[in-house]
Amino acid sequence: MKVYDLIIIGGGPAGLAAGLYAGRARLNALLIEKEKDGGQIVITSKIENYPGCLPEESGSTLVGRMSGQVEKFGIERAADFIREVDFSGDIKVLKGKGTEYHAKTVLIATGAFPRPIGCPGERELIGKGVSYCATCDGNFFEDFEIYVVGGGDTAVEEALYLTRFGRKVTIIHRRDELRAVKSIQEKAFQNPKIAFMWDSVVKEISGDGMVERMVVENVKTGELTEILADEEDGTFGIFGFIGFLPQSKCFEGILEMEHGYIKTNERMETNIPGVYAAGDIRVKDLRQVVTACADGAIAAVMAGKYTEE
Amino acid sequence: MLVVDKDTFEEEVLSAQEVVFVDFFGDGCEPCKALLPHVERLAEKFGGKLKFTKLNTTKARRLAISQKVLGLPVMAIYRNGEKVEELVKDEATPEAIEAMIKKYAEESS
Repeated sequence: MKVYDLIIIGGGPAGLAAGLYAGRARLNALLIEKEKDGGQIVITSKIENYPGCLPEESGSTLVGRMSGQVEKFGIERAADFIREVDFSGDIKVLKGKGTEYHAKTVLIATGAFPRPIGCPGERELIGKGVSYCATCDGNFFEDFEIYVVGGGDTAVEEALYLTRFGRKVTIIHRRDELRAVKSIQEKAFQNPKIAFMWDSVVKEISGDGMVERMVVENVKTGELTEILADEEDGTFGIFGFIGFLPQSKCFEGILEMEHGYIKTNERMETNIPGVYAAGDIRVKDLRQVVTACADGAIAAVMAGKYTEE
Repeated sequence: MLVVDKDTFEEEVLSAQEVVFVDFFGDGCEPCKALLPHVERLAEKFGGKLKFTKLNTTKARRLAISQKVLGLPVMAIYRNGEKVEELVKDEATPEAIEAMIKKYAEESS
């Protein structure tokens, strides 16, 4: 049975930064990523706030260089999805699709993904009018109607971005005021293309192979409004920005969490010795590439110290 | 891989005699860029069995919508003018694309 010093779960910026530090420290480390490196950042078309990033940097170019850098320091890689863990012994056990992995320390860097709107029809119509990525899919809706679900910074900023494409962008928000910071709100209120549906939630999305119809409920009055695609357009866009869903299911009941996010201290230690968390999966105030990388570096160094003890 | 556009899609894909693979991509689509080398590798491997094409949807938006493509990436198989199978967004992993292509390659051999 092979026992690694460190197993990193997740190949986003947090996991890659940890991989880099672990590789340089000559830890016997394994990085497990379920499909491709990068995490959420790969869908970002432009990155301007990662110190030292190149002009015209995209999420995928940045991650591409991070992956290459990790490769140079030679940690092992595996493509697998961890379904179950056992952290009860000194040797931690991770169960993938068909393989079991063993390590002295584990770093969880599984990240978070856009939270679904949570109504019937949504899942079937992802990529068929339902989207969580304005930079990816916005331009399909050039001159069409677009609905944005949410009221926070991301929702309102993305709604503003989507006015480049849509002839009208309607923000559907479950409260009667936005949660976004004032400066962003002002821009939205001044934009003639932006409309609002207050106190409203999406109850149902439907269509034959693409979005054609949506039902919106007013949470105060219970009134239902049916929204149909313009006949000439045939469809409309629904963009959900109602926060994120941490990928922490298999750690439930094992690690201390807050709303699905894993609690750590400054050293990225969880409540179980030898188990660390880094990046968006942690309870934290700022979820950015730069903070994810910092978390990963700290966690890898702490894991290294732990294995020496 | 054959580059198709809004003028040639009908002839090269919909009216084609053989089974056609279409990579729907777009200018700003980062996941599409990440998948392209895999798709090109598959095009080389299975090019004798299937016809491999790619369409830049940024320049053919109406056409994409007519094919019910409203999110990227989409990797699709067309037979007799109809889209018979597709992998959309997260479904479009290198492994899943290869499995889909293999299935139709075996069928046509």
